[in-house]
Amino acid sequence: MPYLSLTEEEKKSMLGEIGVRSFDELIKDIPVSLRDPKILLSPSLSEPEVQDLISKLGRKNTTTRDALSFLGAGSYEHFIPAAAIEIVGRQEFMTAYTPYQPEASQGTLQAIYEYQSLMTELTGLDVSNASHYDGATSLAEAALVALKHTDRLKLLVARSLHPHYRETIRTYLAGTPYKVEELGFDVKGNFNREELTAKLDASVAGVIFQTPNFFGNVEDLEGISEQLHANGSLMILTANPLSLGLFKSPGEWGADIAAGEGQPLGLSMEFGGPYLGYFVTTQALMRRIPGRLAGLTEDADGKRAFCLTLQAREQHIRRERASSNICSNQALCALAACAYMTLLGKKGIREIAEINWDRANYLRQKISKLKNFEVDSGSIIFNEFRVKSKKPFARIEEKLMAQGIFPGVALELFYPELKDQFLVCATETKSKEALDRFVEALAKC
Amino acid sequence: MDFPENLRYTKTHEWIAVQGTKAKVGVTEYAQKEISDVVFVELPKMGQVVQQAKMAAVVESVKAAFDIYAPVSGKITNANKALESNPALINQSPYAEGWIFELELSSPAELGTLMTAAQYHEAVQQAPKH
Repeated sequence: MPYLSLTEEEKKSMLGEIGVRSFDELIKDIPVSLRDPKILLSPSLSEPEVQDLISKLGRKNTTTRDALSFLGAGSYEHFIPAAAIEIVGRQEFMTAYTPYQPEASQGTLQAIYEYQSLMTELTGLDVSNASHYDGATSLAEAALVALKHTDRLKLLVARSLHPHYRETIRTYLAGTPYKVEELGFDVKGNFNREELTAKLDASVAGVIFQTPNFFGNVEDLEGISEQLHANGSLMILTANPLSLGLFKSPGEWGADIAAGEGQPLGLSMEFGGPYLGYFVTTQALMRRIPGRLAGLTEDADGKRAFCLTLQAREQHIRRERASSNICSNQALCALAACAYMTLLGKKGIREIAEINWDRANYLRQKISKLKNFEVDSGSIIFNEFRVKSKKPFARIEEKLMAQGIFPGVALELFYPELKDQFLVCATETKSKEALDRFVEALAKC
Repeated sequence: MDFPENLRYTKTHEWIAVQGTKAKVGVTEYAQKEISDVVFVELPKMGQVVQQAKMAAVVESVKAAFDIYAPVSGKITNANKALESNPALINQSPYAEGWIFELELSSPAELGTLMTAAQYHEAVQQAPKH
């Protein structure tokens, strides 16, 4: 039975209301040639034929498991413990969409609450929301918070911030009076401090930095929050969350908002999504947080219970005046991050971060010895770094891909001036043997 | 319910107390009951220009967030900072300690469009019961 029934009688009454006698009369303005065009589809397939076709198509992909991949640039290959995958796969979590009667879903709310608690610890800030679609949208929401909170019109964005994130922020602000200005980077790829001082005027609502930045460099943000706050501007920081096992947290840098991509926390690369946007801020900005928040409370019997809290500004109550109109959270992805962090624990996260740092530094040091490649050995990195090639990178890429190696991401795609430079990532998934194999292959280029 | 005679009222349940060229604004006894327990107030900024019947502040309760409209046009000259630490003043004392903002009137003639206590009382009595 169709969900919306339409009886002959109902049709007649509707047509009568419009003032036409028949359906044909209703559509008489549409040329006959357009009314029922032939749609050319191949004949239908049986179930085994469909399975066969799909698996054939699937085999056309080369995954990071089939190749030796040094791709990063915002999406990272990490080992995910089987236990984390098992937890995420439980049907109670897997099949449930965002809870519309939230307090009836105590398990989901508890998972969100645990995720929020872990994110506040990791970022060193006070309040986390239940998550966003991805790093780019979460950061764009942070930009809006800064603009609304300060009642100012301009955002400064480091050019060393992920190009896709910058694009998303610009898309968000298109058609508004708000303006985005960029801050350049120096030869090492770090944001330009003098330019920041020159551009930081009374119209700046906030400044967005990334660390490790798009080039893999851990930025020195000493004194930045003091400088911004003295100007009445907010400091927004995006960081690879796994790097926080080793480096200073946004809270320690004095950031007002930490927002970014949570994919490194137990989510596989999955061709770019679904990912997880994290958004964590200070108590002072609590009421400006977009999206949902799970809170801890007591039920009527005084027992521990979870609830959605600070909802008054969400779209179902505030409509067009809601602080955000994309407040769906990525509950399952947040759960994956929660399971991953819980299984690793504080010590485990630090260990993984150390291994990443170790592998990337080993690889950089090896590449620095190659005659056709240059690296900046002085920059502090986490698991990614920039390499300059003396030969055309496109040729190198082609040659290595034929050997089943993805050498990295061409930076010229995003920064035309960085010709023949590429971004190389080495996480804990790369053994010493794998790294040596890559260096050997590069040496022959 | 108490609707002081010396105030003027809006259909959207704000009161205004005019003193010379300035006026204080808050929400009525009826409004505070409807809003229920106030947990947060977003005050207007000093010097902000507001227009009659346009949003000037937000009062947030446990159940929803409500826009507070300026009864008349003007420029904000003061806001009740006490509400930041004790938003419940709106519930406890809507006409005195729970005032929200003060403004400098830019078009005093607009006062003529507002309701007297008696008119407001009648309007509230006709309002649908929840």
